[in-house]
Amino acid sequence: MSEVEKKDEILLEKVRGLKSETTDVGRENTAVLLREAKRLSPSLDDVEAKRRMRAMSRRGFLIGGATAVFGYLGYSWLKEPENARLFDRTFKVNENLSQDYFSARHLAPEFSREMAAEPRYNGDVGLTSEFEASTWRLQVAGMAAPQSFPQFTADLNNGGPNTSPVPGVLLTLDDIKLLPRVEMTTELKCIEGWSVIVNWAGIRFSDLVTALKPVAADYVSLKTPDNAYYVGWDMPSIMHPQTLLAYEMNGAPLTPQHGAPLRLVTTVKYGIKQIKRIGRIEFTDARPADFWAERGYDWYSGH
Amino acid sequence: MRPGNEFESIYDSFSNLVASKGNQVAEKLEKKHLLAIRWFHWINFPILFLMIWSGILIYWANPVFSIRIFGYELFHFFPQSFYDYLGIPYRLAEGISMHFLFMWFFTINGILYVSYTTISGEWRALLPVPASFKRAFRVTLYDLGLRKELPPQGKYNDAQRIAYSSVILMAIGSVVTGFAIYKPTQLSWLTSLLGGYEWARWEHFWLMASFVMFFVVHIGQVIRAGWSNFRSMITGREIVSSNEALPTVEPVPAFDEGVNA
Repeated sequence: MSEVEKKDEILLEKVRGLKSETTDVGRENTAVLLREAKRLSPSLDDVEAKRRMRAMSRRGFLIGGATAVFGYLGYSWLKEPENARLFDRTFKVNENLSQDYFSARHLAPEFSREMAAEPRYNGDVGLTSEFEASTWRLQVAGMAAPQSFPQFTADLNNGGPNTSPVPGVLLTLDDIKLLPRVEMTTELKCIEGWSVIVNWAGIRFSDLVTALKPVAADYVSLKTPDNAYYVGWDMPSIMHPQTLLAYEMNGAPLTPQHGAPLRLVTTVKYGIKQIKRIGRIEFTDARPADFWAERGYDWYSGH
Repeated sequence: MRPGNEFESIYDSFSNLVASKGNQVAEKLEKKHLLAIRWFHWINFPILFLMIWSGILIYWANPVFSIRIFGYELFHFFPQSFYDYLGIPYRLAEGISMHFLFMWFFTINGILYVSYTTISGEWRALLPVPASFKRAFRVTLYDLGLRKELPPQGKYNDAQRIAYSSVILMAIGSVVTGFAIYKPTQLSWLTSLLGGYEWARWEHFWLMASFVMFFVVHIGQVIRAGWSNFRSMITGREIVSSNEALPTVEPVPAFDEGVNA
């Protein structure tokens, strides 16, 4: 650098200094107040500056464009029906994370009885077949020692074709009502997004488990008598104190539309899991089939 | 010229310098956006888009929100034609699947962005101070053509500082209200804090609407600011002239000759 150029540089620095003293009044500039840093390259001539900008633009837009194409291809791949298992796997990861935090001590709020309303009747799968309430029995399979109960049955399938015998018990509604009656007024939350406060009366599912002593199972499968609607539950959720086998809604026995004679209600899962008109309960180690999970919904659907 | 005015004498010397150098007047490249922040920004764009899109697929199943004044419904979210045009109906399961996958990317990208902005010191360019609200109002007047001068600013003006900081708060709000809806029993303390399940849904919806409103203004302002500004979000840099530091003065004849020569 020649003497003259050095002098020029010093001069320029002075001008810049003057500028910041005279026009950048610190009190009026948030950037100055927060001591924002400015990152400047050394001085370049116009041609060189433009050349560098062009090179950086080329590189930036190429990388950006490639990333965008890559992202779009990834998204298209994801939307192929045969790759839907990635969504199922995500649901499973979310389920495992939820289970880690899940506790029977985490309760949903309860509301006053006066706030209860009639829930919407939303779907009739499993409720359309012929049904005779007087002959209804709740079938329970997967018990450790079913024969120790007076309601024991050697084959819940009643010798149906192509099935091995399923031992279990057949319970009447009066049998169910022998267990402590519990009432709760809670929000029923539909997976569609709406919610409604409903008053329920029934027994805690956990009390049924205590009474029947099933095998140590990971899951519970529940089906309507015609097997048209079926849900799978994980054990911790069904043992939650706000999971009930309900026989009354808003102070009256369940109507057929709302699941007479016995249905599941809970604060820990969406309505799709709260099966109406239960025919059979089975304790099992295999993850049970679930009507809506087979149609792309989250098997866990847990709150 | 008053004798002894240091500024003017230096300025005179500077004019001569500029004149002597002609079109070789120096320029500098200002690094405006750090590489990591550019990635966070551009990754966030499609993820937020997918979160809003899948959110609308979910919302369709229970479309209850509207703008009301004195009980009169001005606009219902959304008209049937909107759903039909975009092919939204009966895609609830798909919406839920996408929402509960991309929510993790949205959250992780957001956490990385906020952490990096904090550690790198970029927050100095981003956060407003209490007086920013007054200056942001002046910026708005300037943008509407009702004021001649922009208030002094750094990389972002005070309106930008408020807008960009608000977007961070909106994102945090979206995640928090989202989790309150996602796990209303296990996180019942959070859901109750937000006013209950129904209110959390309302808040989640309006945060989404705020993102859309931000997006519209943001795109408008980016178009107004021009190509060089947009390109700086890709390359990180913008060309600034070295003598930008000079106060505005009358054109220097010698300088003009130099350019034309």
